[in-house]
Order: sequence, then C-alpha cells, then structure tokens
Amino acid sequence: MDREQMSICCGLSRRRRAYDLSMRSLLYASAAVICALLVFLIGYILFRGIPHLSWQFLSSEESVIKGIEGILPALINTLYVVIATLIIVLPLGVGSAIYLTEYASNRKLVSAIEFATETLAGMPSIIFALVGVIVFCEFAGLGTSLLAGAFSLVMMTLPTIIRTTQESLKTVPQSYREGSLALGGGKWHMVRTVVLPSSVDGIVTGCILAVGRIVGESAVLMFTAGMGMRLAKYGHSFGQFFENLFDSSGATLTVALYNYAKERADFESAFAVAVVLLAIAFVINIAAKLAGSKLKKH
Amino acid sequence: MCDNSEKTIIQSKKLNLYYGENHALKDIDIEIPVNRITALIGPSGCGKSTFLKTLNRMNDLVPGVKIDGQVLYRGEDIYGREVDVTSLRRQIGMVFQKANPFPMSIYDNIAYGPRTHGIRSRARLDEIVERSLRDAAIWEEVKDRLNKSALGLSGGQQQRICIARALAVEPQVLLMDESTSALDPISTSKIEELAMELKNRYTVIMVTHNMQQALRISDYTAFFLLGELVEFGDTQTMFSKPGDKRTEAYITGRFG
Ligand SMILES: Nc1ncnc2c1ncn2[C@@H]1O[C@H](COP(=O)(O)OP(=O)(O)O)[C@@H](O)[C@H]1O
Ligand SMILES: [Mg+2]
Repeated sequence: MDREQMSICCGLSRRRRAYDLSMRSLLYASAAVICALLVFLIGYILFRGIPHLSWQFLSSEESVIKGIEGILPALINTLYVVIATLIIVLPLGVGSAIYLTEYASNRKLVSAIEFATETLAGMPSIIFALVGVIVFCEFAGLGTSLLAGAFSLVMMTLPTIIRTTQESLKTVPQSYREGSLALGGGKWHMVRTVVLPSSVDGIVTGCILAVGRIVGESAVLMFTAGMGMRLAKYGHSFGQFFENLFDSSGATLTVALYNYAKERADFESAFAVAVVLLAIAFVINIAAKLAGSKLKKH
Repeated sequence: MCDNSEKTIIQSKKLNLYYGENHALKDIDIEIPVNRITALIGPSGCGKSTFLKTLNRMNDLVPGVKIDGQVLYRGEDIYGREVDVTSLRRQIGMVFQKANPFPMSIYDNIAYGPRTHGIRSRARLDEIVERSLRDAAIWEEVKDRLNKSALGLSGGQQQRICIARALAVEPQVLLMDESTSALDPISTSKIEELAMELKNRYTVIMVTHNMQQALRISDYTAFFLLGELVEFGDTQTMFSKPGDKRTEAYITGRFG
C-alpha cells in the first residue's frame, strides 16, 4: 500500500516537473519577447528622435519665414493644461473621496457612487472628448480653449483621483481615527491631522499618475483644446496665465506629435516630440515611485 | 449598590443598547465611585467594551446602534441634546486594547490632545508633554528621543505613550479596555502600578479578563454576563463572598 502510493507520487512529481519546466520556459520566453519589444521601441524612438532634438527645437516657436522649427508652444500648452486640470481636479477628487470614505453613512449610495466612478475610469477617452465639446466648448461657451480642454480632462481624471485617494484613505488603520476622536477631536480635525497625513503618499502617487494620463492624452485635447502650433502670447504673470487659459487654444505635446506625423508627414519632428514625451513619462514614473516610498514619514 | 460614603461620578440608569437586533446591554444600573478603580469583568462578548464605550459615546461611531436609558456624568445626561461630545471626551479619556499611537513623533502624540483643544504655546506644550510622560511613568525612557517616531517603541512603551496622550488633556475619568492584555508581564505590572497611582487624581474604569488583575488593583468590580450586570460591589467582598452563583462560577474559573 505504502510503496504503491510512493510510486504514484514519484510518477506525478516527474510529470509535474516536466510541466513545471515547460511552463517556466514559456514564461521566460514571453518575458524575453516583451523586453526585446520594449528595448526595440525605446531604442528606435531615441534613435530617430534624438538627432532632431536641440535646444532651439525645445525653446522656440516655429516660424515659416525664419525657417525655425520649435515646440515651445506645445510644451507651454501641456504645462497649462496639466496645472489647470490639477487645480480643479484635486480639491474635487480628494474632497469626494474624503466624503465617501469618512463621512457618508448611506452604504448603498456610497457603493452606487463607487460603481459609477469605476465605470467612468474605464471609459474610452474619446467619449470625454465628445462630452467636452458639447458641454464645455459649446454649452458653457468656452469655445475651443485650453480651459475647455482642462475641464474635459477633469472629467476624465476625476474617477482615478477619487479611487486612488479612497484606496489610500482605506489603508489608514481605524485605530488612528478612534484615537483621535477619543481625545475629543472633531471629525474634520481627525481627517486633517491624522487621516490625511498618513495617506498623503497614496494621494500624491494618484496625482502623479493623473499627470501622466493628462500628458499622454490626445483625443480629448484635439477636440476641446485645439490643434494650433502657436501660442499668441505667453507671459509669466499670474493674470496672463488665466487669460491664456480662456483665450488661447493650441496643441499639447501629444497633439503636436499628431500634427507632425499625420498632417505634415514630418516624422523627424514627430520622433523628437516622442523623445520628449518618453522623458516626461520616465520622470513621472520615478516621481510616483519616490512619492510612494519617501512620503511615508514613519 | 456600593458603599454610601462614596461619591458617584458616573451613573447609568436603565441603560439598554442595541446593535441592530442584538440587545447588547440590558437594563444596566450602576454607580461608579470617583477616584477609585472599577474593574469590569465577564466572559468575552458579554458587553464590557460596549458598556465602556457608552461612557464616552464612542458607540456613536457604530452605524445602527440604538441607546435607551441614561448615563449621567456628574449628574448630567451625556446623551442629552445639548451635550458637546468633544468636551465630554476630553473629560472622559480612553486607552484602547491595542496601543494605537499616531504615526508621529512621541512629542506630537502627547501634544495632539492639547493642540486639538487649542493650546499653541510651545512652552505650555513642553510642560504638558513632560508632565504627562512623567505621570505615565515613561519620561525617563523617552526623554532623549521625543522627536523620534512613537511607532519605534516597544508594545508596553507604546501603551504607556497612549496613557500619557490621554492624560495630556487632563481628563477626570480614564477608561481602559483590556489595555494590558497584549503586553508582557513586566509592562503589565508597570501599567497596573500606574493605574493605582493615577486613582488619586482620576477615576479609572478598566475592562479586564484577568481575575488576578481585577483582584490586585481594583476597588470595585462589576461582573457582566450576556449583556446584564450580574453583580457590582467592593472587590474584596465580591471575590471572597460573591453574592450570585454565576459570579462565583466565573471568578473560580468554571466558565468564561
Ligand atoms: N460594532 C459592533 N457592531 C455590532 N455588534 C457589536 C459591535 N461591537 C460589539 N458587538 C456585539 O455586542 C456584544 C458585546 O460585545 P463587546 O462589548 O465587545 O463584549 P466584550 O468586550 O465583553 O467582549 C457581542 O455580542 C458583540 O458581537
Ligand atoms: Mg472587549
């Protein structure tokens, strides 16, 4: 009886070892393919883009008369859209997340809202473009402008911000909340002094990922923020910033890339923009990692 | 129920508490004497923590909880309409079963309560932090590392930090819910000594599942069973001549 069982065991384990080996080689193979693909992709972009990249390309506005190529307006537009979107979406998103996790008592309503944000988070961005055009450009009368683009991106990134904030609020131990309330703290005092500081790393990470999505978004901005390659005026003052948000429209980096590649068949410039986008994506990823690990003070 | 010469600080009258359908406290009548240690004992699930939490209204946080009857603190109903929960909890502090220092420095943990109640002056805070840490018998151990995280301390030290944090707002009553159950014997005896010293200035109400502990340090003992207060009285009398068969069975270890 014993010996029989043992032989069955050995047979099984031999077969299992073979299975194990083949599975493992399959996994290694697919990992290798992915790495190769990635290296090829990044290498190719750098190879095509870097020769065309220069300080002048980054720092000037294009001019047909002077024969200058430059993506400064696209860089500035990108910056505008990122800042404007964050200014609007952060209070909204973090505020809603705090309300949903710390204040709302109607469980059913909360799960309905959570379900809705999940759904919104998975929505194709072209839908936000469509809604943005109708609601912000036309109905709200913003026209095609950086601000209309920012508002549309607020809709797009709001679910992400709400969700990441909620996730990090939920990791705060209940005992911290009890400790604060038992000392006579009010609810908002508790949220501000104990809950938010212990979840700030998650909130910042979510915020950085949202920046990544904004920088990488093209469809929404093409429809709502315009495709022009020039920026009428760019000053450094605060007032100028707001004026430009309302008044100017124009392409961000991704839209500029589209313009170069599709409208002008200027692939050298397109790849140069791609290198810039790649660099930004790299920095954003590093920042998100650092925020995740460094912001937790204790 | 207890000695008439004692002054009462907290009294409950026909206190009933329901968690939804679960009738967790049944007609609790008790008068807790001031500046004494009162131990709450009973098998787990009998409502000790629930009763303790009705005293500083921490049950307000539980959805679907329903409370009937009265809890009087110095003669005032704490569930009355005009009661400010914030100042109630300032008077009735709480130390939890598991030490729960905030993820901040030791100093900021102790200063948290006073800051919550509006004390900003650095000198005042320094003074309060030192006094509270001394009162909680942990000053010597932490005085050189006040700016280090409280999470780096041992379990017993963390629990004394939590006691110091509670003392920093100068409460009148200290509620302790099995506050030594997760600690080693040495830390436990430190906290027991501490409780006995504190009773000169504070009223201590402690839940414990440890009969020896109740006998060692409490002046009065309340025995709970299935949501009812079976017996309440002088600890020595209760442990030597329990008035109820169920109390006797429990303290002699026949169930629980
Ligand atoms: N937050 C809660 N929600 C619902 N029921 C609870 C809650 N806390 C305690 N109970 C129930 O109330 C009863 C008393 O629990 P508790 O006061 O924690 O007992 P003890 O502290 O004596 O062990 C138990 O039946 C428990 O299941
Ligand atoms: Mg308990």
